[in-house]
Amino acid sequence: MAMPISVSSGQQTGLPDPSVLPTSQGARGRTALSRLTTAIRRNRKATVGVILLLLFTLVALFPNLIPHYNPVEIFYGPKCPSCYSRPALVQATPSSAHLLGTDLEGHDVFSQVIVGTRAVLVLAIVTGLLTTLIAMVVGVAAAYLGGSWDSVLNVVTDVLLVIPLFPLLIVIVKYIGQSGNLVLILVLTVTGWSYTARQLRSQSQSLRNRDFLLAARVRGERSFYIIMVEMIPTMTSLLLACFLGNALYAVLAGSGLQFLGLGDPNMISWGTTLYWADTQGALQSGLYLWEIVPGLCIALLGAAFALLNYAFDEIGNPALRPMRARKRARKQAAVAIPVGGLASDDAHAS
Amino acid sequence: MRFALRRVGFFLLTLWAALTLNFLLPRVMPGNPVEAAISSLHVPLTTSEMNAIAAQFGINEHQGLVAAYFTYLGHTLTGNLGVSFVHYPTPVTTYIETGIWWTLGLVGTTTVLAFVLGTAIGAISAWRRGSRLDSTLPPLLVFTTAIPYFWVGLMLILVFSTILGWFPSKGGYTLGATPALTWSFIGDVLDHAILPAAALLITTIGGWVLTMRNTMIGTLTEDYVRMARAKGMPPHRVMVNYAARNAILPNLTGFAMSLGFVVSGAILVEYVFNYPGVGFMLFNAVESNDYPLMQGLFLLITVAVLLCIVLSDIATAILDPRTRTAS
Repeated sequence: MAMPISVSSGQQTGLPDPSVLPTSQGARGRTALSRLTTAIRRNRKATVGVILLLLFTLVALFPNLIPHYNPVEIFYGPKCPSCYSRPALVQATPSSAHLLGTDLEGHDVFSQVIVGTRAVLVLAIVTGLLTTLIAMVVGVAAAYLGGSWDSVLNVVTDVLLVIPLFPLLIVIVKYIGQSGNLVLILVLTVTGWSYTARQLRSQSQSLRNRDFLLAARVRGERSFYIIMVEMIPTMTSLLLACFLGNALYAVLAGSGLQFLGLGDPNMISWGTTLYWADTQGALQSGLYLWEIVPGLCIALLGAAFALLNYAFDEIGNPALRPMRARKRARKQAAVAIPVGGLASDDAHAS
Repeated sequence: MRFALRRVGFFLLTLWAALTLNFLLPRVMPGNPVEAAISSLHVPLTTSEMNAIAAQFGINEHQGLVAAYFTYLGHTLTGNLGVSFVHYPTPVTTYIETGIWWTLGLVGTTTVLAFVLGTAIGAISAWRRGSRLDSTLPPLLVFTTAIPYFWVGLMLILVFSTILGWFPSKGGYTLGATPALTWSFIGDVLDHAILPAAALLITTIGGWVLTMRNTMIGTLTEDYVRMARAKGMPPHRVMVNYAARNAILPNLTGFAMSLGFVVSGAILVEYVFNYPGVGFMLFNAVESNDYPLMQGLFLLITVAVLLCIVLSDIATAILDPRTRTAS
C-alpha cells in the first residue's frame, strides 16, 4: 500500500541516528522517555500525529463517550415493521437524528464510524506489533548468527519482499473466505514482515562488531542474552519507526481488502462501511457523507502513523528537520553555550 | 557478470516460490472452494481440461502430490494456465491479453510520470532548503501517502464526475464505441484515463518526493558538492549533475521495491473506476469464483513485477559501479 518512504530514508542518508548509539545502561530508561516527550512536543508533525492517534484511541476504548445508536439497529425499511414508512432515499439522507444519514438497509452510518474505530485500531496496532516482532527475530537472528542461517533467512526475506503482496493477500483471503479481524491480522502479519526484517538486519549488522557486543561475548554471555539485552535495546527508535510503518500498512491493506468485499461483511469496520456504501451506490444516490467520512477516518488514522514515523526520522536525523526549527534550536543553543552551539550546528552541516 | 548471474538466479528462485505458492494455496486452505465452483459450472469440461484443473487445485486427485506438482509446473511453464471458468472456453492467457495493455498504458505511464515528477520536485525541494516549497510540501505529502488509493478515486469521481460532470467515472472508453486508431477514440480513452491516473499520481508521488528530498539533503553535504560550488560552477549544474545524480540511486532501488505497492494501488483504482485492466479482472475473477483466472493473474502480476525489478537492477548497475563490485 503506501510506500514505506520515511522508514527507509534514515537508512539511506547513512547519517548515524544519535538515539540508537549505545549509552550507559543505568539511566537510559528514564532519560530516553523524557527525551522522547520533549522531541515530540518540539516537532509539529509529531504533535499532530500524537493528538490524532490519542483521539482515535479514546474513541476506540470508550465509544460511549460520543452518543450513538446501536450500529446494527434498523431505523426503517421492510425489516422494521414499527418504523413509519417513507421513501428509502429520504430516510437515508443525513438529518439531525442521523448525522451522516443511514445506509439503504436503515443502519445509522455515524454509529458505524464510531463503533468501527476499535476494529481498525486493533488491526493496525496488533499487526504492527506482530510484524515488527517477527521481523526482529528474523532480522536480528540473521545478522547475529551469520553464516548459512543468514543466507537462508536472507533469501526467504528477499523472496517475500519482491512478491507483490496485495494480489497475494487477495488470493489467500479469497481461499479462506470472508475474513474477520483475526484472519486479517494473521494474513497481513505472515506476509508483511519482510521489509522490516531487511532493515533490522542491516542495522544489527552495523552493530555486530561494536565494542560493547565484543565485550559481552568475551564475558561469555549466551547469544540469546546478547541479542535480547545488548542489541535490541539499542534499536528502540528504529523498532518504533518500523512499528509505525507496519501499522500504516495494516490500516491501508486491511481497509483495501474490506473495501473489495473480502472482509466479513457483517463486521463493523471503516473498510466494510465503505464496501457497503460503494455496492449500494452511495455516490449515485447523493449520500456523499456515507462515502466521505469513513474514508477520511482511514486517511487521518493513516496520516497519524505516517506523520509520527516521519517525525521520528527528523528527530533521529537532524539534517532533515525543517529550517525554522533548526534556526530556533541554534539560537537557543547559542544562548546557552555560545561556542558549543555553533560547533554542533557545524557538525550537522558537514 | 557474476552480479548479473546472481540476480538472475535469485529471480528464478522467486519465480519458483511464486509458482509453488500458487500450487500449495488451494491445498492448504480448509475446504476446497474450487470443487464447488466446478460443480456449479454449466459447461462440460474436456478430460484434458479436467486433468489440468485437478493437477492445479488438488481436486479429484488420482495422481500423487508430487506428480500433480510436476504436471502443474509443466503446464504453467509452457504458458498453459488453464481455461477461464466464467469465459469458457477462452484460455486464461488469451483472456488476460485483453486487459494487459490497458493496465500497462494507465499504470505504466502514471508510475513513470510519478517517478520523474516526484524525483524532480524532491531534488528542487532539497536544493531550496527552507523555502516555502520545502516547508509546506513534506507534511502535505506525508498526508497524501497515507490516504487509501480507492478513497482518492472515489473522491475524484464525486467531485469531477458526479458534481462537475467533467470526466466519465467508469470504464476505459465509452460503451458502444468501437476501438480503433482514430482521433476521436484516442481522445475518448484519454478522457477516461485522466481520473484514474490522477488518483494513482496523487497517492504515489509523495513517496518519490520525500525519498529523493531526504537522500539529496544527505548528498548536498558531501565534499564533491562543496568542491563543485567552490569551483564556481553554475548552481543548476551542481544541483543536477552532482547532487541529484548521486541522490537518485536509492530512489531507483526504491523504484523496484515499491512496484508491489504500485500494483496494489492499481488494483484498487482499476476496481473503483471499472477500468478494463488486469486489476479489475483480478477483482472480477475473485468475485465470480473464476479460480484459474485468479491464479493466472497473480502469476502474471508477479512476473511483471519481477521483470521490472530486473530492469531497474540493471539500470542501477549501469549508473553505480559500486553495486557491481559489492560482494
